[in-house]
Amino acid sequence: MVVAAMPAPNEPEPDSAKPLVIAGITRHFHIGKRLVTALDKVSASTAPGLVTGLIGPDGAGKTTLMRLIAGLLRADAGSIHVFGTDVRAAPLVVQGMISYMPQRFGLYEDLTVGENLDLYADLQGVATAARAARYAELLHMTGLADFTARLAGRLSGGMKQKLGLACTLIRPPRLLLLDEPTVGVDPVSRRELWQIVDHLVRKAGMSVLLSTAYLDEAERCDEVLLLHEGQLIGSGQPGDFTQAMAGRSFQVRAPGRSKRALQAALAPLAGVTDAVIQGEAVRLVLDAHTLPATISPPGFDDLRITPAAPRFEDRFVDLLRGKTGATAAVMPVAAEIIAPVAAEAVIEAVHLVKQFGAFTAVDDISFSVRRGEIFGLLGANGAGKSTTFRMLCGLLPATSGHLRVDGYDLRHATATARGRLGYMAQKFSLYGDLSVMQNLRFFAAAYGLSRQRRAERIGWALREFELAPLADATSRDLPLGFKQRMALACALMHEPDVLFLDEPTSGVDPLARREFWQRINALAERGVTVLVTTHFMDEAEYCDRLVIMAQGRILAAGTSEALKQAARTASQPEPSMEDAFIALIMADSAKTTGQAA
Amino acid sequence: MRARLFALVIKEFLAILRDAKSRMVLIGPPLIQLVIFGYAASFDLNHVPFAVYDQDQSVASRDLVADFAGSRAFQQVAVLHGPQHIKDLIDSRQVEMVLDIDPRFSRDLLTNQPAPVQVIVDGRNSNTALVILGYANTIIADASARWAASHGGAPPPAQLQTQALFNQNLDSHWFIIPGIVALLTQVVTLLVVGLSVAREREAGTFDQILVTPLRPFDILLGKSLPGLIIGLAEGSVIILAAHFWFRVPLLGGLVQLYTGLFLFTAAVTGIGLMISSLAATQQQALLGAFLFMVPSIILSGFATPIANMPVLVQELTLLNPMRYALVVIRDCFLEQPGFCTLLPQYLAMTALALFSLAAAGWLFRKRSV
Repeated sequence: MVVAAMPAPNEPEPDSAKPLVIAGITRHFHIGKRLVTALDKVSASTAPGLVTGLIGPDGAGKTTLMRLIAGLLRADAGSIHVFGTDVRAAPLVVQGMISYMPQRFGLYEDLTVGENLDLYADLQGVATAARAARYAELLHMTGLADFTARLAGRLSGGMKQKLGLACTLIRPPRLLLLDEPTVGVDPVSRRELWQIVDHLVRKAGMSVLLSTAYLDEAERCDEVLLLHEGQLIGSGQPGDFTQAMAGRSFQVRAPGRSKRALQAALAPLAGVTDAVIQGEAVRLVLDAHTLPATISPPGFDDLRITPAAPRFEDRFVDLLRGKTGATAAVMPVAAEIIAPVAAEAVIEAVHLVKQFGAFTAVDDISFSVRRGEIFGLLGANGAGKSTTFRMLCGLLPATSGHLRVDGYDLRHATATARGRLGYMAQKFSLYGDLSVMQNLRFFAAAYGLSRQRRAERIGWALREFELAPLADATSRDLPLGFKQRMALACALMHEPDVLFLDEPTSGVDPLARREFWQRINALAERGVTVLVTTHFMDEAEYCDRLVIMAQGRILAAGTSEALKQAARTASQPEPSMEDAFIALIMADSAKTTGQAA
Repeated sequence: MRARLFALVIKEFLAILRDAKSRMVLIGPPLIQLVIFGYAASFDLNHVPFAVYDQDQSVASRDLVADFAGSRAFQQVAVLHGPQHIKDLIDSRQVEMVLDIDPRFSRDLLTNQPAPVQVIVDGRNSNTALVILGYANTIIADASARWAASHGGAPPPAQLQTQALFNQNLDSHWFIIPGIVALLTQVVTLLVVGLSVAREREAGTFDQILVTPLRPFDILLGKSLPGLIIGLAEGSVIILAAHFWFRVPLLGGLVQLYTGLFLFTAAVTGIGLMISSLAATQQQALLGAFLFMVPSIILSGFATPIANMPVLVQELTLLNPMRYALVVIRDCFLEQPGFCTLLPQYLAMTALALFSLAAAGWLFRKRSV
């Protein structure tokens, strides 16, 4: 490649004031037989004393860029300067100026909080005399002062993340690199982590580069770099992104009609950039040339369109649509309402308890899901949603309580009863060594379809999920979005009545997420009952009803609208799902403290 | 039903054969072990270095030394002229044996008296020492008989006529190589089966198939059959190599051989599945497989005779399927055993196979559903 050999034409002069100057960085990886371009001629720079967000879905190249900056990887082409020093030429100098907290920070779970700090202080060569003051500061900042004697392995997910951050900051760096510090962390801890980051920037004048896949976090950054499939598709202040969408976002309601039918009708219209379900309404984003008055989905006469505040995500979707040329419609519009939501409960949990030894993972929860409903279990990692989920699928025995799925307790049910449910596991569990076709064939046979039916359904899956060109590809090497499609195809092979989805969209890009939910909506319209677990607060909007879980208990249940309504206060007239969640957790801990007192 | 089982088996084979690392497990260890055991491992001693301290220096003594030096088993490396170096040579492992011929050797022979010859052996490896003594005894006995015949003396009153059946030349390769059939069948089957469930647990696919209409029994069968097939195939390849490459005679009936191999593989599959059901990760499964494999090989009679073990340990070997498999396979290579002769071995392996598969099934249900 000629370009790689020459310096990038627009290479800026090394600037010792700028924390980061990235010029034409390119990096390839081999995944199986596939050559993946993790970063494709990315150029950017950041300003000192700011939080710069590196925003993008899984596989966008965020971690690769972090590792390149930290000098842990070598670029195929291009250069990175940290405060004017070339990483490639002097990695040790650069590593002296930065601290890097990788996605899974290496805490020693069998050491206490204090011992972990000691260890990292030793590794970083912090003088013994300086330690006491530094520890006190870090422990105060992270709220871990009361837990110095506790084993790191026994901290909650959020506390572990904070301890990781404290260990990273033992020696204060000039540039702090945080790789997805908020993944899977509960909203309260997430908010606290952000407060720590803000504090560092304001008080200590540190520069921070923080990567995240949560688009709502972009709005908390001072400036953002938007990555998608290895390319920088945008950079600037988050407010500018959102502002660009001003006047293009709306809420649409069609009284008396199904919100899912409305969404399905709006999505394929010309001029529609995005149409997603938000509570009881559909959130509509139009392109720059389309006026809301011109929107008339066929069959809907009575539309109530009201303006809505633009979100960062709207711009991201807008940019992606411009890039890929894809429209908001991914699949043919489903026929409206074949099976209306019936009162009949398909999934039932009554006083469900699960204990692992002395630890109560699920603490007396009850809920029921009606036919054709999309029901969400919302909570942070460790809230007990996966345990609940596994009990309902019959993968774990309940300690006590009563549960029914489609009339059966799946733990004791016959094979036939299991044949009526579809299951999509976290991380899209498929046979990685098998090709797409081989996986489809296996699951078709595992569900006991007849020979003819198998051929039909495999044909359907290849068509419907656009997998035909990849039929012979080894599934391990597929991009994440395709893995997700394939996992859903396998779970739907036998046309189940009940669908269980465990964190179905974690890490995939916003377009793939929309596409996925459109399929799920169509299924629900056909009367399939869907149970979904998620730690994505936004995803709660797609559910008809949901429960919010924390520490094994249900904090609240209801529609997303009602839950947000309950959190409405004078200071917060338009609470988000996350605000509602935090309000619930605060109220709950106030209650528990009150009881203890 | 048959279609589902077929799908499971096909899936299992694809998962093993499409993964380069799993393919290596099937080809790598067998090849390495076959070469090592086939060429390097032997109980026979050749070219044992020895020194001569001939105090007699007569025709008779030189004949005796020539007998030693000329045998394939010994190689003369030093001649001593005094007793003082004997210790040094043995201590420094330059020689393993010193042949010390008494000054009165030829005089005693000629006067029909017992003529003393001393054999000094390095006893640090008792096994080798015993073999060397055995060889030395044979050479000396042959020499005395020849002397008696040529000098008209009375032959020894009783003579030991030895004849080794089945392995006339007592070639230890004929003993070791058939043993490798059992050894490698066990290694490969155990690894393939032992890792299979743990691999699916790690990937999350195990949950995925547990929620399908497949019953635990189907899944268990779907895991066992590939192990059985791969084990038998592996065994067959080694049998072919033993016979056609290493030239070990294969006299017994293939029916008897394969009955034994089948029962053995079934028992090992059961044990592999037990390990697999208990292990949460592939690492644990691998550790479990080795925890079973090493004692099972030592306690099988593969290298050291079971009869030499303490009684309690001997009883423990009754639980070891490889012990029975070795008897069947060795018999089938070197003799023509009838079905009835091998029946006790078959029955024992059947019992172990039934037990281990049933236990695996129980553990499997307990751990998974």
